[in-house]
Amino acid sequence: MAKKEIDARFNKFGTVSFTDVTRVNDFIDYLEQGKLMGARCKTCGVKFFPPRADCYHSLDSDMEWFEVTGAGKLVSYSALKYAPSGFKADLPYTIALVDFGDFKVFGRIDGSVPSDALKVDMNMKAVVTETKNGQLTYTFQKA
Amino acid sequence: MSKVGIIGVGQSKFVRTYPGSVRELAFEGFKEAMQDAQIGVDAIDATVVCSAPEYDKQRSPAGVIAEYLGLNPQPTFYAESLCASSSTGLKLAYSLVKSGLHDVVMVLGFQIMSQLSSAESQERMGRGADIQWESPFGTMMPAYYAMHAQAHMAKYGTTLEDLAAVRVKAATYGPLNEKGVFRKQITMEQFEETEGFVGGPVASPLRGGDCCANADGSSCIIVASEDKAKALSSKPIWIKGLGSASAPVNMAGRDQLHGLAVAQQSAQQAYKMAGVTAQDIDVAEVHDCFTIAEIMAYENLGFAKPGEGAALIRSKETYKEGRIPVNVDGGLLSKGHPIGATGGSQIRTVVLQLRGEAGEIQVKDPAIGLVHNIGGVGLYGHVTILGRD
Repeated sequence: MAKKEIDARFNKFGTVSFTDVTRVNDFIDYLEQGKLMGARCKTCGVKFFPPRADCYHSLDSDMEWFEVTGAGKLVSYSALKYAPSGFKADLPYTIALVDFGDFKVFGRIDGSVPSDALKVDMNMKAVVTETKNGQLTYTFQKA
Repeated sequence: MSKVGIIGVGQSKFVRTYPGSVRELAFEGFKEAMQDAQIGVDAIDATVVCSAPEYDKQRSPAGVIAEYLGLNPQPTFYAESLCASSSTGLKLAYSLVKSGLHDVVMVLGFQIMSQLSSAESQERMGRGADIQWESPFGTMMPAYYAMHAQAHMAKYGTTLEDLAAVRVKAATYGPLNEKGVFRKQITMEQFEETEGFVGGPVASPLRGGDCCANADGSSCIIVASEDKAKALSSKPIWIKGLGSASAPVNMAGRDQLHGLAVAQQSAQQAYKMAGVTAQDIDVAEVHDCFTIAEIMAYENLGFAKPGEGAALIRSKETYKEGRIPVNVDGGLLSKGHPIGATGGSQIRTVVLQLRGEAGEIQVKDPAIGLVHNIGGVGLYGHVTILGRD
């Protein structure tokens, strides 16, 4: 990307992104490659999800990417019958939190998983996919 | 150590749509508090104006409100912590008085929500969470609290009936509160009508009846130093304990979803400062924006042991005649929830209870009261303990 242009890659994240510019914009490039990534501080080794550009432990901004792989446990979820403005076309959808041990990931349950098949503590994995309106996102599927 | 007192309380009616502007709405709570305190504007040394932004067009509302209420040239400040804004304002007012900077400080909370559609309002509330990493998934407040309900049910076996019982209690008192927006009774049977307003799904497992209503409203609390309070008021109520905490905004940063850590932490601080325990509380107002929030509050405040919040509502011990009456003014569920005004309204209810001026909802001879006010989804927590002595 040419330096003169605004690096607004993050506006591709989710059905409606409320953020254009962030110093973790490479997150979007990884999504394009089908990878969901978190960030790890190279100085102190702490893993962050969501990824961040800066570490408050070490005060360094020297982060490396790691891929979110394997199965996590479903902490909780909710199936929405109404949506905030901008999301109505996505209904019905289910938001969820999955615990991967070192970190947790907030997102949506994949549309292929019926909500009556969900149970707290079940194993889920994160999969990179597209939203209905062609934006980049990730969802949780049964692991 | 000198005390800080509350010498005046007021609130507007909480309504679906206020037929006026922000400054006019602010006047309604202000007028009642000034009449209650029986003082004039010259007695107010500073104002803290509290609301959540972006529901109305006015930026920096402290300026316009201070002018309209005749509070120039005294300083005016703006406090924001979403639904806990006016508890943050109270804490600032306490600090301003306790530090000796000012003797009498007004906390003015307000919100006009009716200028937005319900979907727009949900979008604003959703943006009170993590806009970079959560809002793109289409989040909204009922769904976040629904995740807490789901987690509480999975961990403790809490049921939909337990949630409904909280709303039935709130709606028992709603008809008695002339300031409230929702003044009808609600029955358990209404929760079973899955096509109805009460029983219809919103965000699983929460139904319409599990959610509080948006409202327009204002509240006003006048805080004074011990000397001023005694000189100006024959019935001051004292601020005995204040606790506050924050939590990671993203759910991914939370250790638990079956409770709110900020409420536990705030309660511990407030109890310690006041030198009391949960068993000493005679009357409480808790932040029941959703039914599950009240059950979590019982546990986080120590009114019930972890996992036993549902048993407390089932036992009816939080009704007016019970061991620990909670939200006998109808709570947010029936009274309505005009975000920036809510904390001040909760304080007002407890002050009236401690003075013995609560009318039909008066509990028997309370000496110590508690207010639990939460901003965002457990993002900001405040617990305030008030006493007669």
